[in-house]
Amino acid sequence: MYRRTLVALLAGSALGAAARLAADQPVEIRISAKKFEFHPNKVTARRGQPLVLVLTSEDRIHGFKMPDFGLRTDIVPGQETRVPLMPDKPGSFTFFCDVFCGDGHEDMDGTLVVEA
Amino acid sequence: MPHADRRDFLKLAGLAGVAFTAGLFPGRQAGAQASDFHFVQFSDTHWGYSGAANPDAEHTLEKAVATVNGLPKQPDLIVFTGDLTHTTDDAKVRRERMKRFREIVSALSVKDVRFMPGEHDASLDRGEAYKEFFGATHYTFDHKGVHFIALDNVSDPAAKLGDEQLAWLAADLKQRKPDDRIIVLTHRPLFDLQPQWDWTTADGAKAIELLMPYKNVVVFYGHIHQEHHHMTGHIAHHAANSLIFALPAPGSQPKRAPLAYDAAMPGKGLGTRDVAVADKVTLVELPVTKS
Repeated sequence: MYRRTLVALLAGSALGAAARLAADQPVEIRISAKKFEFHPNKVTARRGQPLVLVLTSEDRIHGFKMPDFGLRTDIVPGQETRVPLMPDKPGSFTFFCDVFCGDGHEDMDGTLVVEA
Repeated sequence: MPHADRRDFLKLAGLAGVAFTAGLFPGRQAGAQASDFHFVQFSDTHWGYSGAANPDAEHTLEKAVATVNGLPKQPDLIVFTGDLTHTTDDAKVRRERMKRFREIVSALSVKDVRFMPGEHDASLDRGEAYKEFFGATHYTFDHKGVHFIALDNVSDPAAKLGDEQLAWLAADLKQRKPDDRIIVLTHRPLFDLQPQWDWTTADGAKAIELLMPYKNVVVFYGHIHQEHHHMTGHIAHHAANSLIFALPAPGSQPKRAPLAYDAAMPGKGLGTRDVAVADKVTLVELPVTKS
């Protein structure tokens, strides 16, 4: 009985550690940009789950700016731009292109939803 | 809201606009030598725009030119704070729009006209076409004791003034005395008005820092398609109405989409601005057409 409990506890501990490890591992979210949209333009994450945004462009240099998390970077065609992000607060947060790219630039935006 | 206690609304004969009296030059002593004059600010004319937000887009600019020509007291000069034309990927069409815009505004009675680019004019080709038609994108000039500085925060598509222009600004300001009257003209807000809508200049804080030692500075800008007043310390920033469509108040709705055209009130939210300059300033918002 004692041994079974010990094994169960050890197994549970291992699972918990694995779960914690998984939670600590950044989740990749891929977002591609082209005139005048991001795809996807709505992404969801869990609060406290570290993310890496993997940004690519299909046509020209775009910008990626998310003021609520102090993020901004260029997105250059032909390369992946990786941006770490810790969503430490719940809510909906806008991101947008901040490198003027033409008629429609003002509509080029998206939303990160962070669930509590 | 800064200035609220200094607002002084009054009607102007024949015009629906109201006046906004503000301590434009807070470091200026009353009675100090001042050559009074006034200028008119046009902004965000977006010539070439076509869309539901302004079914009268082909005529709005011409009407505004006629209204300004009809002012009983003509301004000394006229400034255009950017987005003269609506953007296009086609370089040939861009130049056609600039050519037609220039033809229309050549009907202004006042011939001292100063242009500035907006991102719609200059961000896709770093100001190449703009310079062909309107000259330098940043410059200074003096008028009756007031030093004007036009700053370009749009030719860089990332909305930066850039280190080179900031160094140019610093060198120009070194020649000024602390109480000189300085008017800055630019397109985008130099301060972080609404970062979630990109209503900022990436390095605008550096320009404000350079201007801060000077007591009598005011900034006139456009971009946000509405009258707006803000203070950064003692420096006042006044945004102008557009002549194409109005945009919502900063942060008042999820997106910065144009406000719907009101057929019952054409020209609502649009217009130009008369700025009277002395020891104080009086801003009078002018409608597209006389009522």
